Amino acid sequence: MKNKMNECTDWVLERFPMSKLWNEHMAEYYAPKNFNFWYFFGSLALLMLVNQFLTGILLTMNYKPDAKLAFDSVEYIMRDVNWGWLVRYMHSTGASAFFILIYLHMFRGMMYGSYKKPRELIWVFGMLLFVCLMAEAFMGYLLPWGQMSYWGAQVIISLFSAIPVVGDELSLWIRGDYVISDATLNRFFAFHVIAVPLALLILVFLHIVALHEVGSNNPDGIEIKESKDPWGKPVDGIPFHPYYTVKDIVGVAVFLFFFAAVIFYMPEMGGYFLENANFIPADPLKTPEHIEPSWYFTPFYAILRAVPDKFAGVIAMAGSIIVLFLLPWLDRCKVKSIRYRGGIYKKALGLFVLSFFVLGYLGTQPATPTFTFIARIFTVIYFAFFLLMPIYTRWEKTKPVPRRVTHEPDAEEQYAALVEVFEEMTIHEPMKTSWGATAFPVKPNKTGIAHVLTRLLKKLKGSFE
Amino acid sequence: MNNEGVDRSKRQFLTTALTVVGAVGTGYLAVPFLSQMQPSAKAMAAGAPVEVDISKIEPGQLIRVAWRGKPVWILSRTPEAIDILEKDTAKLADPNSQESDQPEDSNNPLRSIKPEIFIAVGLCTHLGCSPTFRPEIAPNDLGSDWKGGFFCPCHGSGFDLAGRVFRSVPAPTNLVVPPYRYITDTFIIIGEESTEASA
Repeated sequence: MKNKMNECTDWVLERFPMSKLWNEHMAEYYAPKNFNFWYFFGSLALLMLVNQFLTGILLTMNYKPDAKLAFDSVEYIMRDVNWGWLVRYMHSTGASAFFILIYLHMFRGMMYGSYKKPRELIWVFGMLLFVCLMAEAFMGYLLPWGQMSYWGAQVIISLFSAIPVVGDELSLWIRGDYVISDATLNRFFAFHVIAVPLALLILVFLHIVALHEVGSNNPDGIEIKESKDPWGKPVDGIPFHPYYTVKDIVGVAVFLFFFAAVIFYMPEMGGYFLENANFIPADPLKTPEHIEPSWYFTPFYAILRAVPDKFAGVIAMAGSIIVLFLLPWLDRCKVKSIRYRGGIYKKALGLFVLSFFVLGYLGTQPATPTFTFIARIFTVIYFAFFLLMPIYTRWEKTKPVPRRVTHEPDAEEQYAALVEVFEEMTIHEPMKTSWGATAFPVKPNKTGIAHVLTRLLKKLKGSFE
Repeated sequence: MNNEGVDRSKRQFLTTALTVVGAVGTGYLAVPFLSQMQPSAKAMAAGAPVEVDISKIEPGQLIRVAWRGKPVWILSRTPEAIDILEKDTAKLADPNSQESDQPEDSNNPLRSIKPEIFIAVGLCTHLGCSPTFRPEIAPNDLGSDWKGGFFCPCHGSGFDLAGRVFRSVPAPTNLVVPPYRYITDTFIIIGEESTEASA
């Protein structure tokens, strides 16, 4: 029996480099040992891709890409197909979750300089993935054929008509009709189900191949391949499997806890994940009162609306994504990680995150004059972060970068220090109890608290210098 | 036997020639592939002109017909409305329709062949939402300046009853007036220019 099984394995191994692949990318792929919380999101995004593929395949079994049948077929999935509601909510919540994970994943890259030499191509493949993901989400949103599907698509495809000369012909070609119609729905289905997922899959492959060629970055932003042991293994590296596979499983469990909570208790997320207007079938003659894209597009949509000119608005919106592609070349600072970068970059990154959130909020609101004014200010901040980068990163006062990865104390190691701070902030005043004994109750110590707070503020200020 | 070694220039010529021929072939194949995504013959047929009987429209009434799947408005303007349109031009971005899209015979201040009948494609020139018909004067939600017109709820663009866009709104141009002509006084055909204009 044993021999037979081994023969089978050998038969495969002689024909396919199974163990070689496994070793190269898992068991002998050395990842820095200091990965922190921010390093969960790459593998979680991969999990979401699998989720979207599986639930998507199930949905296509009952969905009808036909303007007359589409809306009803989605309701049919929700009401009559066994567990159809679960699969559909997994898919719709999965789309939003995918964007949350990708945004966190991108922010990680910006914090620790993961886009810098030699990882520029990983960043570019990642950005292409982001663009494909946006196309996939946009086309998928038309499929339920509700009012927001219809008019959202109408607005977005109209963006192309703003391009001079070829614009009108181009938007006609994209729609396949003079308005959004059955032809548009049918082709968006084809793109959403075949073309874009295929592109996503290829890009994920390229993203990971490029990553495994140069090796992962880490929170200290140093190259672990520069310090190797006598056997040629990076001293600060640990094999991806089992160390990070196990760590990622913990991340998956925590993530799924939140994911399931949304699916079961708030799949519409108050109109953010599934918009209210989309529960009414598409009506080509009537526009809903308030058009708003899905939340993950709102920052870019706010930039579009902030610009008073139609074509310039489209350019600004496209530009807000194109500048992200250029990040590796805009940033002139040699130091990768934010831990050792100058205060100016920390402030700039903080402002950028703030502008992203403010624009994201404004994109969900009607364009009143006040909101438009605020959107203009934050659009300028958004672009200033990128376009002024070659200037401000050049003068950055960086801190010395360590040669080896640093160790962050964990909760257990911090315990003694925490006790010390607690002691400093409290006082034990002796007092007589009613029955005559002496007690030492814990009371807050004002001067001690003041000392601790000043130290904390000084430290915070220092980190921004 | 070949004693002269490899003639690389021949190889280079063959490679280049083959690449060029291959590129031309790909180009030819791209034509049917890309053209496939153009509107089909059926969609083109649905884009054919539409005949409309306008004898039953009351003054002040707006009717909607579908042409090429788009909403087309046919509005019968009252003399009072025409009066307002002629006087109230200060807040318009393009009162003479110089930047806007309309057939030659509608290129006049009221943007129509006959002043009382106004025809336009009911889609905002900003991003294609369908504006709402708001003929009332000074309604609560649109303010006292409103003298009747069309309001787009998506991004707040406003147009008067001649489809002329107001200043400082996102829409860049006036509403599109489709080509149309009168067959008789009460019968129009939308989608065909009048013979004088096309001649």
